[in-house]
Amino acid sequence: MERIFRIISQSSATFLFFVLIATVSVLYLYAKPAIEQFGTYFIIDPRWGVEVTVKESPTKAIQTTPSSPQASSEPTTTPTEEENLEDEDTQASISDDENLDNLDAGLDDDLGGEDIDAQITSDDEDDFEANPTNAAGEKTEVVYGGAVPIVGTIFSTAIAMLFSIPIAMGIAVFLSEIAHEKLVAPVGIAIELLAAIPSIIYGMWALFYFGPFIASIFGGHSVSLLVAGLTLGVMIIPFMAALSRDAINTTPDVLKESAYAMGATKLEVTKDIIFPYAKAGIIGSIIISLGRALGETMAVAFVIGGVFEFAKSVTDPTNSIPVVLANNFAESSGLSMNALFYLALILFVVSFIIIFAAKHYFLRRNKL
Amino acid sequence: MTQNKMEVKDFSFTYKGAAKPSLRNINLPIERKKVTALIGPSGCGKSTLLRSMNRIHDLYPGNKYEGQIMLHTEDEGHTDILTLKKENDFIWLRQTVGMVFQKPTPFPMSIFDNIAYGLRLQGEKNKAVLQEKVEKSLKDVALWKEVKDRLNDDARGLSGGQQQRLCIARVVALKPEVILFDEPTSALDPLSTLAIEEMIFELKQDYTIAIVTHNMQQASRISDYTAFMYLGELIEFDTTDNIFTAPKKQQTEDYITGKFG
Repeated sequence: MERIFRIISQSSATFLFFVLIATVSVLYLYAKPAIEQFGTYFIIDPRWGVEVTVKESPTKAIQTTPSSPQASSEPTTTPTEEENLEDEDTQASISDDENLDNLDAGLDDDLGGEDIDAQITSDDEDDFEANPTNAAGEKTEVVYGGAVPIVGTIFSTAIAMLFSIPIAMGIAVFLSEIAHEKLVAPVGIAIELLAAIPSIIYGMWALFYFGPFIASIFGGHSVSLLVAGLTLGVMIIPFMAALSRDAINTTPDVLKESAYAMGATKLEVTKDIIFPYAKAGIIGSIIISLGRALGETMAVAFVIGGVFEFAKSVTDPTNSIPVVLANNFAESSGLSMNALFYLALILFVVSFIIIFAAKHYFLRRNKL
Repeated sequence: MTQNKMEVKDFSFTYKGAAKPSLRNINLPIERKKVTALIGPSGCGKSTLLRSMNRIHDLYPGNKYEGQIMLHTEDEGHTDILTLKKENDFIWLRQTVGMVFQKPTPFPMSIFDNIAYGLRLQGEKNKAVLQEKVEKSLKDVALWKEVKDRLNDDARGLSGGQQQRLCIARVVALKPEVILFDEPTSALDPLSTLAIEEMIFELKQDYTIAIVTHNMQQASRISDYTAFMYLGELIEFDTTDNIFTAPKKQQTEDYITGKFG
């Protein structure tokens, strides 16, 4: 029994680990052509789907011809590979480990081995892949850059966090320390209900009511970065409040009593005893909510505007990574799909870094 | 000034939602600079009585007090603490009547801050003064030698006995006039218990002490007066010697000889 128990729990953990690896590798493999095409300049390039005229050089004209079929063949070969990958995942056995690794390696070879690398590096630093000539006889090229959605995502999430953290903490403290006990149950249930509402409903509400309301106060459009941020904030408040309340409720009564017994007021007990005591749980609730805000798609898609322009003020429409993915994925193919995967990979890495950094920073501080 | 620091007069206490009062007609003097022990079986109301004496019960609304609990101080004269209503009065009461709880309750902060916390609440901001007072109260509880090199460590890293002494130091630092101990050694090993008993003996010189204990040997060792409580009533109150050698009531005798409880 003991052995089986240990094996089951180990294989569950291993499964999770391989799902993570598989996700990252699929994201990376699909994003690879775009990464090679645009490099890190993608992150600061605000252009998306813009056609650019390419300056022709004689050497390039020869090299581009074989590259076109190469690029178009990728989407057709890779999905089958991906299916295999997913099948393997679902079986969730430890032996998948090696298969997966082999498969990954194989995939890598399939894509990288067919000398895309060699071909593109020989493009003499030129960022653009050549397309067939246009009507005017010039070579043109479509450029993708992720700066607008990346900035939009970061700012809308930042607005959401700034807006939601104080309110959520207020609700959590009210529910656990201040509210009359007759109020606690109904308000608590209301919070949990709100936390369970699907995000698309927040999006619809924001589009028809909240957006115009914000616009009437701050001016500007009813779809904008500000509205998106605040909608996200409203969406994650109940989530954060419910989790923080649970964390706050873990403070032992006797600890609070001993602070009151020294003459502390409610504010002082909350500030000096409860928050430090429940810090790990509260930070955890903030991080989970942050993750939710970063990846939120539907609520934001309704209200951010979906235009590839930097917001010059917070009341301008802009774009965010999940929204770009959702709006453009269906009609994308080839390089544009690779660019979307590149964006997805960036979102993944950004979420990972932010969450990891926040956790590391705050939990280290927690130990004094 | 009377001989007594506090006097509980005709005191009854009813918990919120309870049909019957948990304490009925308690009359108990707490003599100045002496140790008064409250003994009795579990559920007899001794902790409830102790917690009434700095009105910690008021943290939970709906509890009902009747009667009087007089507190005699030099600054404020005679106060019936049951009439206090304002938050400032509560703060004054709780800083005058300090309390040590059953379990060690170190605050989630450093050792130094744990003791400085109450002083800061009193408005003390001067670092040198804080440093001096923290050191003084740690020496009072014989903890200074053990922690002087790690004052900035988290207090939760101390052992149980050290934590409890820290909690006492925290109360002592505020210079209260009365210290209430609610079974302060029930979670500790015999050595730590001994250390705390010795400390209570020392503290008696400067403070009035009331202590709730399950341990009758402890009561006989450290207290000057003992009150025996049973089912919400005060059965007998006398000097500790009399209670343990010549109790007047049958119930008291049965309890201290171990026939029930």
